[in-house]
Amino acid sequence: MPKKHRFSVNGDKVEVDADANMPLLWVLRDKLGITGPKYGCGVGLCRACTSHLNGNEIQPCVVPVSECDGQEVTTIEGLADGDELHPVQQAWVDADVGQCGFCQPGQIMAAVALLQRKSKPTDADIDAIENMCRCGTYPRLRAAIKEIAGIPTDPPGNGEPPKGPPEGKPPNGKGPDGRPGKQPQQGGDSSSAEGEQSGDEKSGSLFDGIKSAFG
Amino acid sequence: MAEPEPAAQDKGRGLKRRKFLTFLVAAPTLTVAGRFGFDALTEASAVPSLPSVEEIADLGEVIRLASMPTMHLMVLEVTEDTTVRFELPRLEVGQGISTSIAMVLAEELDARLDDVDVELSDSRPELHFNQITAGSTTMRVLWDPVRRMAADARARLVNAAANQWGLPAEQLTTKDSAVHAPDGRTLSYGELSAAAREESGNGEPKPASEYTVVGTPVARTDARDIVTGKAQYAMDLQIEGALPTVVARPPTIKGTVGSVNDARARSMPGVVAITEIPTGVAVSAETFYDAMRARDALEISWKPGPIDTVSDSDIRKKLKNVAHPLAAPKLRGRHLDATFDFAFVNHAPMEVESAVADVRHDGTAEVWMPSQTAIWAQGAIAKELGLNRDAVSVHVTRAGGSFGRRLFADVGLEAARVSQAIGRPVKLMRTRQDDMKHGRMRPAYHQKIRASYTKGEVLSFEHRVTGVGLDFDHGLGEALTSTLAQTVEGGASQYYFAVSQSMPYHVGVVNHTLQEVQLGIPTGSFRSVFSGTVRAAEEVVMDELAEQMGKDPLEFRREVAKADSGKAVLTKVAEVSGWGKDMPAGHALGVGYHSEYRSHAACVVEINATDPANPRVTKAFIAADVGQVINQKGLEAQLMGATMDGIATVLQAGVHIDNGAVRESSYGDFLWTKQGDSPTQFEVHLIRTDWAPGGAGELALPAAAGAVANAYAKATGTKPRSFPINH
Ligand code: FES
Ligand code: FES
Repeated sequence: MPKKHRFSVNGDKVEVDADANMPLLWVLRDKLGITGPKYGCGVGLCRACTSHLNGNEIQPCVVPVSECDGQEVTTIEGLADGDELHPVQQAWVDADVGQCGFCQPGQIMAAVALLQRKSKPTDADIDAIENMCRCGTYPRLRAAIKEIAGIPTDPPGNGEPPKGPPEGKPPNGKGPDGRPGKQPQQGGDSSSAEGEQSGDEKSGSLFDGIKSAFG
Repeated sequence: MAEPEPAAQDKGRGLKRRKFLTFLVAAPTLTVAGRFGFDALTEASAVPSLPSVEEIADLGEVIRLASMPTMHLMVLEVTEDTTVRFELPRLEVGQGISTSIAMVLAEELDARLDDVDVELSDSRPELHFNQITAGSTTMRVLWDPVRRMAADARARLVNAAANQWGLPAEQLTTKDSAVHAPDGRTLSYGELSAAAREESGNGEPKPASEYTVVGTPVARTDARDIVTGKAQYAMDLQIEGALPTVVARPPTIKGTVGSVNDARARSMPGVVAITEIPTGVAVSAETFYDAMRARDALEISWKPGPIDTVSDSDIRKKLKNVAHPLAAPKLRGRHLDATFDFAFVNHAPMEVESAVADVRHDGTAEVWMPSQTAIWAQGAIAKELGLNRDAVSVHVTRAGGSFGRRLFADVGLEAARVSQAIGRPVKLMRTRQDDMKHGRMRPAYHQKIRASYTKGEVLSFEHRVTGVGLDFDHGLGEALTSTLAQTVEGGASQYYFAVSQSMPYHVGVVNHTLQEVQLGIPTGSFRSVFSGTVRAAEEVVMDELAEQMGKDPLEFRREVAKADSGKAVLTKVAEVSGWGKDMPAGHALGVGYHSEYRSHAACVVEINATDPANPRVTKAFIAADVGQVINQKGLEAQLMGATMDGIATVLQAGVHIDNGAVRESSYGDFLWTKQGDSPTQFEVHLIRTDWAPGGAGELALPAAAGAVANAYAKATGTKPRSFPINH
């Protein structure tokens, strides 16, 4: 039977008539018009809906609204302070993490929760984030989290193994391939353009400009 | 170019016309970029392979040809408030084309990037084949017309300022969305837009050496919307009165409704309507929760689908039985035969297929959905509804990923049917389970390869590809058919195969064929299309050939790569990955290389397969040459995403068919790459050349797939033949 549920969402008090078992996700999306939390599976697997209940990570698709009575719900919409992005959001922008963006509200809420639990997460902690990203933004997600946590990330290409739990592997070493080979050549495989070679460019600017420390 | 009359082109788009600088792009001249390799075979002995169809004219050139006649219908506006507005007739699926196009416009106009507003265009049938997003062609096809259009606009703004100030245009400069005079006077583009409308003349695009925006790393223009939750996908739109709708679907693929008892469902809270549609029984309700509960309360007896007796083993047997035998004679040397099987793979985009439809009593309809082929979708929906195409508008919404899935209008058709039946707007969402069990998939393949070789060189390479029929019944298929029907035999699949498949190495006589079996299983092009399996299998064989010939696999590729750019990316990836270093037992490096879309990518991955059932790619390195880079960050992101796809499809993500049904139901059993499966070190190294931009969205998948398979093979001492390996 529908009954009244009172709780707060992003600091605003709300009151909704809903069946006690109605998942919070649909209360947010269909009754309150809060669409930042996304549906990706409805059964707690993809974590696109990830939000916070009293500051703790939840998957609203599997949390009945009745469990929220009197509690504080925070969705991605409630993370920024007005126009001021939360440091994690800012880090996401700076590292240009999102592709299609669909999973990112959930990824950000999961990262915020992780960093609250552990200010210096290890690679194993980051590996344990279950949020699915079908676009495959994982390396940038990892880099953004480390940047916020102030964990030095290896400048790409320096050949050091990643920080975190040992993987039982020797250091990579930066050795050249050890065999002779031509240098990269001009793109001479066409007749329609001038293949001016400006050389290799190390692309490693994932986290340029991330300044905010996680507070 | 004469000032065109914009009103005609904007018909039905609801744009308020004011006195803007508005004009259409000058018809560009067709350039067929012959960027294929036939370099001198200086390095080592290799038996040259003749160029394939793909090397002479590939998919990008076909799409460019098909788009060319309507390029002049694209519209750029400079508004009085200095907004540069462009409606992009393509779909943003996360690949970053909105940002890249904005960068090209900002560059050629000398406008601030923040002033540039790129929106996705509604379907515009007058664009014909110029509103298809596929085959990594968007930037290849639009780059030149868009920069010319912007250069023209800049020239006219400058001329308008020159007139106003009585100064020669040559003395004026442009910067930050304004024209500047030597004496310091400034007029913003907004101030000049009305006057510029009266100007004519064409501008010249800048030489690459003057670029300050194009080629730099720029964060997505929608990054802030993404991180604040403001980015809206179809289900987030607040369309007045649109009823959440889900569909009860049959237990097996393409099963149909027998009888329905909806008495209980109808009485459930929030339920508004229950509608039988060809694909199931739709429930429309006040909320998705109500709709799903009532769907579960429906009592439906289902009729079987067309493949209810078919399972994976039957499909494999069938593909094997019809596969053409390998025909290459065993030439003067030895030969290597290999047979590969690939499972079905669901696209599984994070945003499930969703559409909002409002079919009105007055015989008009509006549909909001992410569509890669909006014009075709508009036609298909109109036909379904029995309406004129012009009575249907398709508003293209951003997509939460696609990977090929949104070439089809399946969900738009369902939403339109339900809306028409109940006379109300609906928002129809396929659940994840719907998507897994009734979505489309990359077809299963059986592939046979025979390579003959002597001690030092490969003499022939034969590849027989047999697969479950790939469904091309969408706008891209139509474009291919109408463009290529005269030149290649077969249907759209064969055309696509011809314009996408080629062997990037000199390996003697190359003969590859595609054969398809129509099984009635819903399929669709998947990122990299044929190359995702065909080239991956070839990359595995390249490693095994190298071993047979006693060569290092990377060095072997570098010897026989046709293109200098290919050799260059291989050289670079060897250098940055530490190729050749010693690895402990169970760990290995693997290499893969792919060339398509007039681009090149080489990939080396490091794998930890000490537990062969739970391998992990721990590092991945990509070296790529895509010609002119537009957005460095966007490019890296695409190479990154496609690498994750290579990892998933080779190691763990596949779909099973059991008695006509898909076994998997969600991300719990369809094991796509997650953070814990992804490399902790990922690097992209770009070799910068100033070729016209090549395609980049799909490029890395075949290279990464090959690298992962080869690394796994080396680490475990096995010969992978069936993918995903842990299925
Ligand atoms: S929708 Fe909540 S976890 Fe997938
Ligand atoms: S950014 Fe598209 S699913 Fe993560």
